[in-house]
Amino acid sequence: MAKVLELEQVYKAYRFGFIPKKKQILKGVSFYVNEGEIFGYLGPNGAGKTTTIKCILNLIFPDAGRITIFGEDSLKPKARQRVGFLPENPYFYDYLTGREFLTFYADLLGLHGQSKIEKIAYLLRLVGMERAADLQLRKYSRGMLQRIGLAQALLNDPALVILDEPMGGLDPIGRKEFRDIIVNLKKEGKTVFLSSHILQDIEMICDRVAIILAGEIINQGYLGDLISEKVLYTEVTIAGLPAAEFNHLGESVSTSGNRVLLKVYEESKIDQVISLVQQKKGKIISLMPRTETLEDIFVNMVKNQ
Amino acid sequence: MKITAIARNTFKEAKRDRVLYLLFFFAAICLLFSRFLALLTVGDRVKIIKDVGLASIQLFGMLMAILMGTGLVYKEIDKKTIFTLLAKPIHRVEFLLGKFLGLVLTIFIMTVLMAIIFLLILFLHTFTIEWSILLAILYIFFELCLMTAVALLFSTFTTPILASLYSLGFYLIGHLSWSLEMLIKKVKSGAGRAILRLLYIVLPDLENFNFKTEVVHHLPIPTKLLGISFFYGLVYTAFLLILSMLIFRRRDFI
Ligand SMILES: Nc1ncnc2c1ncn2[C@@H]1O[C@H](COP(=O)(O)OP(=O)(O)OP(=O)(O)O)[C@@H](O)[C@H]1O
Ligand SMILES: [Mg+2]
Repeated sequence: MAKVLELEQVYKAYRFGFIPKKKQILKGVSFYVNEGEIFGYLGPNGAGKTTTIKCILNLIFPDAGRITIFGEDSLKPKARQRVGFLPENPYFYDYLTGREFLTFYADLLGLHGQSKIEKIAYLLRLVGMERAADLQLRKYSRGMLQRIGLAQALLNDPALVILDEPMGGLDPIGRKEFRDIIVNLKKEGKTVFLSSHILQDIEMICDRVAIILAGEIINQGYLGDLISEKVLYTEVTIAGLPAAEFNHLGESVSTSGNRVLLKVYEESKIDQVISLVQQKKGKIISLMPRTETLEDIFVNMVKNQ
Repeated sequence: MKITAIARNTFKEAKRDRVLYLLFFFAAICLLFSRFLALLTVGDRVKIIKDVGLASIQLFGMLMAILMGTGLVYKEIDKKTIFTLLAKPIHRVEFLLGKFLGLVLTIFIMTVLMAIIFLLILFLHTFTIEWSILLAILYIFFELCLMTAVALLFSTFTTPILASLYSLGFYLIGHLSWSLEMLIKKVKSGAGRAILRLLYIVLPDLENFNFKTEVVHHLPIPTKLLGISFFYGLVYTAFLLILSMLIFRRRDFI
């Protein structure tokens, strides 16, 4: 599979203050993104996700390391020809209307004539901003800006779409819509690179992930490889019996009304729980095996560092 | 064209700037005021109108160039609109040139508007139109283009307030450096003179664009001088733009 984006040992330090003080932000970041996949870039606040993305797009220049986009050095504007970008808190010209804004960027990208008009209409429809198209951006809410920002990122029919926190500021419905759009981009054969700390979103749509912590990549790979299928424990909800009955079989987490939520760690004990409930005329409401989630991995890694 | 798209948007943004209208308003007041000033004076009243009028166009044009020029690039960086813009496949050079051309267009339109008011007032007084006045205004415009490039240069690395102060300093030096030329003539040749000469070459000489006296007093203007001044403006502006690009090219947008 072709590598669409590759970072090799990227370093970046910021200097601030009157007497410049160095702060190392990226400490040798390396990863690659394959063609046609959705790649998730995870990390806690301040880990360096946005900084990495700015390096990729040449908004800042790495102190060391190499970045290639479609095999082209990222320093050349040509490398960004087929790239679309949505920044984390989109800031746009607030005096333009949604449509004017998209037209301006379409002009920058060299679109013109009927195809420009059609493309803009299509994108407005895609992100659900048709009705707000002729409203000034200053009157947009954060989620609406996010949507128009996504439309802007897709203007040049990019083969690689880079999204920094695309779900930030969206309501649950908006998040689902964005997930659908992103999955559709993949279906169209585009590659998507997205940063986020909303792990459920990433877990639902990403093929591969890299986890960055304090400027270092601490893990990367296919989601399936990172998350084991192993059952961590089974959650059993039982009604009509006191929690004390099950203390020897598992850990009762919470009791509400006449219900008990029991965490059973050993698989062999599940049968014992079931027969005990039947014997005492209780009732099993639900029985759910819990596998490892991205969140577990993430929390563990951050703790271990 | 990418540059024209950016220039157009810059013009759109400049058009919305209240500072521009405020300065234009004051310029109009000064132009009208020249008429009243003329009524109060004895002697050549037309000369007063011309003097005050041309000076007003120059002063307020300069303020527009500096305040717009230092504000617009900074705003783009400060409001982070530059992120999505530079992420597009454009050169930073194209961005800067687009900004410059958009500003020059704004300044051009403002100069034309001020000139129209000025010529109207003059016409109401003399009932004739002197086309040579336009020449003086044209060279004021060239000076304003250069000042726009100055403002742009400073705004690539500092805040609007500092950039405005630096630009103003540049303007003042530019209008005083002709005295350096006088000094050179008086100093004996040698190291001192060479240094002064070098200083004079590096420092701007904005008096090169000043044809106000000639026009007001109906003095002849050698065509060669017009040519040299135009060329000087062109080269100096290009030099300033190249300098801005060199700074801007490697800048981090944190
Ligand atoms: N403008 C800035 N000036 C100084 N330091 C900055 C600036 N922006 C970011 N940093 C520093 O760089 C580090 C990485 O920031 P970055 O924005 O890349 O984090 P992030 O992973 O995107 O976080 P988040 O999830 O909050 O968006 C942070 O520790 C922060 O302190
Ligand atoms: Mg971020």
